Amino acid sequence: MVDFTFNAKEQEIIREIRREGLVLRKYARYYDEHEEELPPDEFPEAKEFAHIDKMAADRGADATSPTAFYMCMLMHRTWGDMMRMKVPFTALGNASVTAAGTDEQKKRWAKTRLSMANTEPGCGSDSKAIETTAELDGDEWVLNGEKIFVTTGIRAEGSVIWATIDKSAGRGGIKAFVVMKGTPGFELVKKEKKMGIRSSDTAAFVLKNCRVPKENLLGMDPTVKKGGGGFKGLMKTFNLTRPGVAAMGIGNIMACQEFVAEEMAKEGVAVDYEAGQHKRSAIQQKMIELEAELEAATLCTLRAGWLADKGKPNNLEASVSKQKGGDISRRGAQLALEILGAMGSTHDQLVEKWFRDARITDIYEGTGEIQRLVIARELLNYTSKDLT
Amino acid sequence: MITFELTKEQTLIQKTAKEFASGELKDIARDCDEHDEIPKKLLDKAWEMGLANAAVPETYGGIGMQRSAMTSALICEELGYGCASLAAAIMAPSTFIQPLVDFGTEEQKKRYLPTYGQDKFAPAAAALHESHFTFDVTDMRTTARQEGGHWVLNGVKRLVPFGQTAQHFLVLAKSGDRTGLAHVGAFIVPRDAKGLTVESAPEKTMGLKPVPKAKITLDNVAVPMADRLGAGKGIDGRRLINTLRVANSALCVGLAKAVLDASVPYAKQRVAFGEPIAKRQAIAFKLSEMHSEIEAMRWLVWKAASQLDQNGDATKATTLAQHYANKNCVLIADNGVQIFGGHGYIRDLPLEMWMRNARTLTVLEGIVAA
Ligand SMILES: Cc1cc2nc3c(=O)[nH]c(=O)nc-3n(C[C@H](O)[C@H](O)[C@H](O)COP(=O)(O)OP(=O)(O)OC[C@H]3O[C@@H](n4cnc5c(N)ncnc54)[C@H](O)[C@@H]3O)c2cc1C
Repeated sequence: MVDFTFNAKEQEIIREIRREGLVLRKYARYYDEHEEELPPDEFPEAKEFAHIDKMAADRGADATSPTAFYMCMLMHRTWGDMMRMKVPFTALGNASVTAAGTDEQKKRWAKTRLSMANTEPGCGSDSKAIETTAELDGDEWVLNGEKIFVTTGIRAEGSVIWATIDKSAGRGGIKAFVVMKGTPGFELVKKEKKMGIRSSDTAAFVLKNCRVPKENLLGMDPTVKKGGGGFKGLMKTFNLTRPGVAAMGIGNIMACQEFVAEEMAKEGVAVDYEAGQHKRSAIQQKMIELEAELEAATLCTLRAGWLADKGKPNNLEASVSKQKGGDISRRGAQLALEILGAMGSTHDQLVEKWFRDARITDIYEGTGEIQRLVIARELLNYTSKDLT
Repeated sequence: MITFELTKEQTLIQKTAKEFASGELKDIARDCDEHDEIPKKLLDKAWEMGLANAAVPETYGGIGMQRSAMTSALICEELGYGCASLAAAIMAPSTFIQPLVDFGTEEQKKRYLPTYGQDKFAPAAAALHESHFTFDVTDMRTTARQEGGHWVLNGVKRLVPFGQTAQHFLVLAKSGDRTGLAHVGAFIVPRDAKGLTVESAPEKTMGLKPVPKAKITLDNVAVPMADRLGAGKGIDGRRLINTLRVANSALCVGLAKAVLDASVPYAKQRVAFGEPIAKRQAIAFKLSEMHSEIEAMRWLVWKAASQLDQNGDATKATTLAQHYANKNCVLIADNGVQIFGGHGYIRDLPLEMWMRNARTLTVLEGIVAA
């Protein structure tokens, strides 16, 4: 039976996550203003919240399915801040290993934090256009190229580098290579400076005749594949990462929405949900719009997670959630600031930071436009050639 | 537990409603719209299947299906997909029946429900809307005063579905001086009540054209105490209005989905500048957004409906769902017309009809389904 409530254990977990979030908020401004510093792998208060993951593992018989609940947790975590009390030892690159690696490789890098580097100065959305090359030379692959916007690039021990072994083969020639820090020719160019999510480190790398062992090719298959190959592995990870990114943006806007509601109530502008629409002020109407849009994105994200748990295809829904998550991250933050007025943009509180943080949601992990392409192709039964 | 899982019974009802909508509603929708007429046979058939009245208990001649706002929402979406006008016509009496099931005393159920548990269409309706432009359910101008052992109703009700033929009305009025949904009262009024006049000429509207609609005047209509819905206890006005709004929003989801499902094949087939228009992002992205919004609308409606079924106060969820469904239903219907270009504007195709229906449906506050 359709249900949108959490059981008691789940409510308790969410309360704990929010308690943790409030602690993180105390550090939020500092790391926003000290972008050059990396937040610690573990904040001193981490031990106080170690029980949350244990609680999440056992939520009773009437529990929300795991991926759907994971999305909820992610929303409430990000409600606190983009930072984590304890940084997970896996990153986006580990998802690539899981999707494209052999069993042996999965084991080998299970405890190694790996970033994922696909984007280059010349291409982002069109990821099959990458120009970084890999050539087999004896027992080693030789990589050459430039990678930018690599999330966790500073913190991670290595990176999954996407490169082409045969440019003429398009996506069929694209392979992923694990390159560890310290490998000669793998150089950090800089740490990017950003509008928001400054506590998340973003790196640019250059690969100059960088040699890695043959065993570092994910999937261990050096042949050019028709119609996708390793590239498909990259796409597969999107079905979980896209709703995940949506969930984070949603968490940000959840924070904005709650802040707005509380502060406006103090000023005597509370939303009366049952009042006739002619009796609502423009501000109250905006508050309702903000909340409805937020709810819409939230439910679409839960749906994508729930479908994954049911073992049903969720490619379309993953993109719907990401599209809606991207939209609300922009529109919701804009509405919050419109409602709050000038004081909302001051450093007195964190709303202006959430506004900057949330904006990334519609850009990485596939822009809003790319999500619309994916959705349209699915609806129209078009290939990526039919609709570009 | 967060889950989107329907019950087996709901899946079955959903399928039945879907088949009915595609088999019986789609093809005649335009004809009905042009001639302002709905075949009696169609209404009877829908009722035979229990689409509007399955919740009437067996003791009163009904099917006795568990009353559920969620199930209603599923039916409304499917029927709305077939044709919003015909859906509204089929469901209109449910705005009388469901409140009786939800709030009626045993006495009231026994007295009024048997007429509506049959497998033949029986017209009845809630009388909600009023004459002025700033109509507000929380502050209606139709009043109910207690006087000399009666409730006395005064006011004008507009757009009452099947007003000309209904045997009973559920008149919604402001009881007492206070505003707010909690102070909405509902009164069972037979059509021959003294002081009640029904204007014989049907009201004309841009959308939901074929649904007969009437203006009703209540001039000191005396309603026995026993005929206030819920009698001495009265009703939960919030719950009643939320129920109507959720069902109305579900119709919006269905209508929007019909627009999308017509637009996709058209955009693939229609060639302009040497290519199907679907290959242009300006068109393709509209389709993507329609799809996403329809999903979102549906889940918002489900959330509100499930809260109603769990007997919680669903006011907030309902307001959000209604706001979202109304806004996007109109937007999607409007974009549907645009994707079809000039053909969208011509009455050969359903696009212009859907747009009119969307506009009318979304300003109705929920008087056509429950
Ligand atoms: C903070 C941050 C972290 C990131 N982390 C990572 C990471 O860890 N790993 C990684 O590989 N990448 C990462 N990225 C890169 C990110 O995924 C890309 O920036 C994004 O995919 C867009 O690519 P682009 O910037 O090259 O924009 P472009 O692809 O140049 O796009 C520019 C604009 O054109 C639009 N556009 C492009 N193609 C089309 C089309 N076919 N139809 C319609 N519109 C189109 C886009 O939507 C966008 O609006 C990160 C970026 C940022 C800012």
